[in-house]
Amino acid sequence: MSDVVERTLSALPGLLGQHDPGAGPGGAGGPGRVSASSRLGSLIRNITALTSKHEEEKLIQQELTSLKATVAAPSTTLRLMKECMVRLIYCEMLGYESSFGYIHAIKLAQQGNLLEKRVGYLAVSLFLHENHELLLLLVNTVVKDLQSTNLVEVSMALTVVSQIFPREMIPAVLPLIEDKLQHSKEIIRRKAVQALYKFYLIAPNQVQHIHDKFRKALCDRDAGVMAASLHIYLQMIKENSSGYKDLTGSFVTILKQVVGGKLSADFNYHSVPAPWLQIQLLRILGLLGKDDPRTSELMYDVLDESLRRAEINHNITYAILFECVQTIYTIYPKSELLEKAAKCIGKFVLSPKINLKYLGLKALTYVIQQDPNLALQHQMTIIECLDHPDPIIKRETLELLYRITNGQNVVVIVQKMLDYLKESKEEYAIINLGGKIAELWFIQTMNAVFSVGGDVVHSDIPNNFLRLLAEGFDDGKEDHQLRMYAVQSYLALLEEEDKLYPQKFLQVMSWVLGEYFSLTDVDPEVILTKLHSLLKKTFVTSETKAWIMAAVTKIASHTSCSKTVDELIQELSSSLDTCLRQYAFELQHLCEDKALMKSLLPFDASCSDLVVDASLSFLDGFVAEGLGQGAAPYKPHHQRQEEKLSQEKALNFEPYGLSFASSVSSSGVTGRQSPTGLSFGSDTSGNSAETGHKETNTLKLEGVRKLWGKEGYLPKKENKTGKGNEPQAVPCGSLLAGQVGEPPALQPDQGASLSEEDKEKQQLASTLFVGLGSSAGVSLMGKADTATQKFKRKSKINETQQLSEEASDFQSSAASDFGPLLDTVPVNMEDSEGSLHTRLRKASSCSSDIVEDNLAFETLQSLRKSVLDDRLSANRLSQSSLFADSNIEILQPSPSAQCESASETPLVPSLPEELEGLPHSEGEGLCQSDALALHLCKVWTDDSLLLVVFVSNKTTSALHAVNLVFEETEHFQILESATSQFPVIEAQSVEHCQKCVRMSKVCTQAILSGSVSYQSEMETRLEFSVTLSLMDFIRPMEMTTEDFGKLWLSLSNDVKQNIKMSSCQDSLSAALDTLQQKLKLHRVDIIGNEGILACQLLPSVPCLLHCRTHSGMLALWFRSPCAALPDGLLYQCQKLSQKQSCRGNPTREYYSIQFSIENSVVSILIFHSVTIFIAAWSILKDEPVFQEGKEAGQKEESTSPVCMEELVQEAARGQSSYADSAELAG
Amino acid sequence: MIKAILIFNNHGKPRLSKFYQRYSEDTQQQIIRETFHLVSKRDENVCNFLEGGLLIGGSDNKLIYRHYATLYFVFCVDSSESELGILDLIQVFVETLDKCFENVCELDLIFHVDKVHNILAEMVMGGMVLETNMNEIVTQIDAQNKLEKSETGQVDKGIGDF
Repeated sequence: MSDVVERTLSALPGLLGQHDPGAGPGGAGGPGRVSASSRLGSLIRNITALTSKHEEEKLIQQELTSLKATVAAPSTTLRLMKECMVRLIYCEMLGYESSFGYIHAIKLAQQGNLLEKRVGYLAVSLFLHENHELLLLLVNTVVKDLQSTNLVEVSMALTVVSQIFPREMIPAVLPLIEDKLQHSKEIIRRKAVQALYKFYLIAPNQVQHIHDKFRKALCDRDAGVMAASLHIYLQMIKENSSGYKDLTGSFVTILKQVVGGKLSADFNYHSVPAPWLQIQLLRILGLLGKDDPRTSELMYDVLDESLRRAEINHNITYAILFECVQTIYTIYPKSELLEKAAKCIGKFVLSPKINLKYLGLKALTYVIQQDPNLALQHQMTIIECLDHPDPIIKRETLELLYRITNGQNVVVIVQKMLDYLKESKEEYAIINLGGKIAELWFIQTMNAVFSVGGDVVHSDIPNNFLRLLAEGFDDGKEDHQLRMYAVQSYLALLEEEDKLYPQKFLQVMSWVLGEYFSLTDVDPEVILTKLHSLLKKTFVTSETKAWIMAAVTKIASHTSCSKTVDELIQELSSSLDTCLRQYAFELQHLCEDKALMKSLLPFDASCSDLVVDASLSFLDGFVAEGLGQGAAPYKPHHQRQEEKLSQEKALNFEPYGLSFASSVSSSGVTGRQSPTGLSFGSDTSGNSAETGHKETNTLKLEGVRKLWGKEGYLPKKENKTGKGNEPQAVPCGSLLAGQVGEPPALQPDQGASLSEEDKEKQQLASTLFVGLGSSAGVSLMGKADTATQKFKRKSKINETQQLSEEASDFQSSAASDFGPLLDTVPVNMEDSEGSLHTRLRKASSCSSDIVEDNLAFETLQSLRKSVLDDRLSANRLSQSSLFADSNIEILQPSPSAQCESASETPLVPSLPEELEGLPHSEGEGLCQSDALALHLCKVWTDDSLLLVVFVSNKTTSALHAVNLVFEETEHFQILESATSQFPVIEAQSVEHCQKCVRMSKVCTQAILSGSVSYQSEMETRLEFSVTLSLMDFIRPMEMTTEDFGKLWLSLSNDVKQNIKMSSCQDSLSAALDTLQQKLKLHRVDIIGNEGILACQLLPSVPCLLHCRTHSGMLALWFRSPCAALPDGLLYQCQKLSQKQSCRGNPTREYYSIQFSIENSVVSILIFHSVTIFIAAWSILKDEPVFQEGKEAGQKEESTSPVCMEELVQEAARGQSSYADSAELAG
Repeated sequence: MIKAILIFNNHGKPRLSKFYQRYSEDTQQQIIRETFHLVSKRDENVCNFLEGGLLIGGSDNKLIYRHYATLYFVFCVDSSESELGILDLIQVFVETLDKCFENVCELDLIFHVDKVHNILAEMVMGGMVLETNMNEIVTQIDAQNKLEKSETGQVDKGIGDF
């Protein structure tokens, strides 16, 4: 094939001169080949003849001008227009905008015959994007073509819909496309499915009602349609695998049939049956079987068969094999299959074909954590790949090495990465690898990273680096050495005049120099001179200058009198840069009072806690004075704006009013370590250590002595003592200082002979793979000693390991290092417990309101009064059964019930006392093994979702080193740390831990997975997952109507939707009650037929809802600062209304009330408010005691209250005499 | 999902570009340039996969390409696509082009951009693979051509009669 192309293409330049494209072979090109020779041909010929970009630009502009005239001319025929469009497409492809033609493209699609229409549609889909305003003009054309009887038109319309379609216009075409699912031609059905997939992607809410149609498509008689539906399923299962477990069987059956060759031969590709379909199915199975032994069980057979059937004969079978392997390693493991898969990976890795080798490495990277021994088997191949000429293979190998990095091989691996980094010029590679090396960390390494990577390294890296340096490790001497080394190396680097360093690197340098200059015996004056000369350089950005100035200030505070400083102040006082001028003035004033300066800038106090009076209370006196002199009280910016708005009466939101309290007052923390913090707090590249401090500050406000008070700064010895303790605060061993001195050069000697080269490769392998898997791996090399000899300080190996752990911990969270969050949480909870109790009570009284509303028929008034109020509400049990129907999600804590269950099984966990009073879910089993069981309970506290995980030891001996880890996901954020450790869990006992979870990315629901590992005879690891929904994170937000109004105006993201109200909530208040109850919204107010509600996504993202009823529809209007939140809530509302309308059978809508009288449960059903059905069920006998159906005619309606009362009384009597009721029932 | 399909020649001149995800006009041009830059400096005997460039969306993306004589065919896809699967899809695409144009060459792609797009639309729809069977694609294209031709013919004839 490729040589065919080559043959024709090699003649291209010559051809272009005289070649008439029409002379080429006819065929599918047909008439097009001839027509293109005209204008397009000459355009292309001219362009090809040009040599410079400039000339091309000129020519195209000319062409565009002439095109513009042509398309605008009324005399232009559609046929000519079509040609113009093709030329426009060509110009656009070269990057020249031709927006004047867009509208004509739409017109062409609308008016042209098939051929022209096709070009019109093509031009539209290439020119426009789905938010383009002109696209709305296309909607009608699409609708028309979808209804056409011409297959080509329908097919074109479907194609354009799946490429670009405005989201808000989906309802216009959705029913038409749904119809196409029943079309007789499979190609149309298939395209319709793909169009629906597109809709699902951009607006999942709009197609949720046709999920059953997707199922139908999955069962379509044509395999192509079924394959198309797999796209949708793959997406849906990716989002929520638990919802589609029931389809596992179908997918397995389909795959079995495909693999078994049951499809027609049309689907074969190189005699492999439908390979792409197989790949798709394998992916779906992988997603379904993940962490689910039961589902995985179903697919073992078919996976085995796939592996067997995929005989190696073509590229595409490798594709299937690779997918198989990935699936096998994703689902719940089965040793037999794993073995086969491992063998398969071996085939890939050892293959001479480079593509396969790449995939083999990729697969290895994927499975390495589960099976490190596999890497050991292939270590020689990996070493070879490390020197592979293809940089992509090299990078993939480094990725693999990165996964197996441990304390013992970190030096070698980092060295390898650096080598790569130096060769590579790709920005992407630098960013990617830079991040990895920073994790593996080293000063010298860092210097190299900074100077090579430059400003494209992520800003977190220098921040983390500085923090690590500042906090130090528990060995004071080593810290000292490390810092001194850093200062020395930076001074040496600055020695080289005129060398350009990246800005970030300069910032790091100046911070280190300012903080630790006194560790060396270099004269501060020398450092000052260096910094001074840096300041004068033009390439230094003003941000970096700010860092440098901060360093100068710090150094100046420790020198008596410096000429350079004075000079600097002189110079900068007249600088054009206001920031620098500010710095200079600050410095000048500080220099006048050395004592103050010293106390303000103590040496090495970057880790001591700064206490900031965020409320600025020391200004109170000043403010009071100002107010006394008649100054206007301060109003926040938004309030001022609001007032202006309301004065202008732009929008009449008067009933809502103004003022919203919960906006967090931003506290400007002025940490002295962050030079940026001194003058411009908004600077984003502030030291991340500072943010850590901020957190502690807000948490530790009480109990810490105030340094800033009414009189300003309160100099205390606090800082000095803090300073002494700080460096020892974080326990961690350090090998750094020792290793920094010796360059980590472990490269094999270049001059070695061939046989030695092999030996060295083995040596390299042994250094790379130390500490991987079992000890067998090391003995494999027979050279275990050489590996460890490389590390002169053998005894420190453990510490290095700690170091790398520390480095990885680093990224996880700032809070774990600083904030005593755990201490504060229980306090909070105790505080809020009382209020929660009252809340609960409030909630229950609300729900009884709802029942009342539901009962709000005149027919039931008297009943409610006489029966409910008097007899029932006294009894707690009956009350709860009252709610049984309304499906309240808040569980009432019932101690008795828990005692019962606790006595049955000793290991069923119970919540700790302080949580028991809070609303919580019932404990669900997460996973279990013979030794250990995991249960989980969600606790919905006011300010977070607490996941309480119970780890119960089922064995009769103690379990050791139980380690619980939650995986990071994009959707959730686990506060504090994602891991919990239990050193020991006693036999037959339960331990628990709590994790506070926040939703960091809004989604309707997502899975949080994790694993637990423990040590019994051997180390065992169990995986589990829990589904968290958006509703777990939604809390009512209490606010006044005024607050609501103000907040409403300030929010920009809004979503509007009408939903049909089910009959049982046809009043606004009933609808609102449902929302309040089910979605945890707070009902703010009801005004006429409009109601407003508010809720917040934890921690404090508000979402406001405005509801209006009109003719059976409920118009919902959400607003929130977060774009995804309204969508999520809308989805819940729709689900809710669907659920409700399902319950209300469309033909027999009914209302149901359930309550209990003494020992019977009575339920009353009213159909269409004419048929009444009453049933009583004896709790004691567990059998029906009374049933009565009655057709209440229209005229009887007014008398029905009496009738009802009689019936209920009869029911009550029936409970006492069963015989009577049996008669009645008859 | 397939994010973009690019065809350019050995000098980086775009011959076809189709984006299935929205990028601004400028970004599109940058992506073409960046992709060409990445792909063109690769040797013949290295693997056909590249980890994505910066513009097209970072680490989740990969470039899968094939080089035929003067043309590079590059598919930018996300992690949900199989590398080898896409590699063969490119082969199917080129073979289909070859069949439709009878010995396809760069000139065909230049002069019949619209036809190439139509063929592509039968293979990939909205970023998802629609059809992988070459014969099926060719049948579809032929059928459409026939319909179009007959309609155009009628119209022409109609005008002539008139």
